[in-house]
Amino acid sequence: MSAELKWLLFVAIGLGTFLLRFLFIYLFGKIAIPDWLRRALRFVPAAALAALVFPALTHPAGHLDLSLHNFRLLAGLGGAIVAWKTRNVLLTILVGMMLLWILEMVFGI
Amino acid sequence: MRMNKDFFAGARGAMPILIGVIPFAMISGVAAVSVGLTFFETVGMSVIVFAGASQLAVFQLMSTGSPWIIMVLTAWVINLRFTMYSATLAPYLQKLSAWQKALLAYMLSDQAFGISLSHFVTNEQVNHRWYYFGAALTIWVAWQISAIIGALLGALVPSSWGFDFAFPLSFMALMFGALRDYPTVLAALVGGIIAVLAKGLPYNIGLVLAICLGIAAGYLAEDLNTRQGASR
Repeated sequence: MSAELKWLLFVAIGLGTFLLRFLFIYLFGKIAIPDWLRRALRFVPAAALAALVFPALTHPAGHLDLSLHNFRLLAGLGGAIVAWKTRNVLLTILVGMMLLWILEMVFGI
Repeated sequence: MRMNKDFFAGARGAMPILIGVIPFAMISGVAAVSVGLTFFETVGMSVIVFAGASQLAVFQLMSTGSPWIIMVLTAWVINLRFTMYSATLAPYLQKLSAWQKALLAYMLSDQAFGISLSHFVTNEQVNHRWYYFGAALTIWVAWQISAIIGALLGALVPSSWGFDFAFPLSFMALMFGALRDYPTVLAALVGGIIAVLAKGLPYNIGLVLAICLGIAAGYLAEDLNTRQGASR
């Protein structure tokens, strides 16, 4: 990706994100957030984050790999237990990365 | 000077949460460098976007070579949650000029929202705008400094360490935090499974499709729950 395209990417994301943050603070009293939208927004984090996590574990090299040789899937499942029990980002990264390195060291080529 | 007092109260209120903000911001800085951004680009993005989860999502998509428009759409979808925060905080952030509102809105973060709202609910005698400004600015400054440190450290992390694996791991922790009840769990399952099944679709469009279907699944499940509850 060229440098110009990268900056355009940052500005596009930044502008859109700013509008999402600003919209209802600015429009308060002029327009109410519709009930169906408020209810749908509640599911955005769960759906979006899962959609990023699952394929990153099942498709580490771009194709589906559910075998025991898929170290990212194994380490990811270990990380998921930590994430589930603690909800701690740093601890999940720490344990998941350690598991990946150990698996690669012991069973890797 | 009521205003100053509440500004510093907000800043103090934000302190404990910096334990989570600082490492997350440093990771985002390291991650940016690991996908090939320059130091200047890393800091620029951090200031322009200032939304960690969406930045990490863009890095993950950059490392797998996704098209430009998919990166933008994904980041926007992840940041849709800010409309909820914005709508909830709006009554407290009035009697301000449009520019002041814009500044406060730009600094809105998950943490500033959480700290301010929980403080407002339990303390009525507080200048909301100054308290929020104190908390939000503290988090913003801590985030930017940590991201800069992360970007400097990032150059020292070799790519053979597989640091890109930190993206799904951090999303995982954030995801479990978002699972509050049966409909949110269903939204995550549908979003995740569709993303796996639709991985082969061109332009990584499967990601946006998966998120939309996940949201729809959660919405319908909740709708069904409410109706059953009403008919009982």
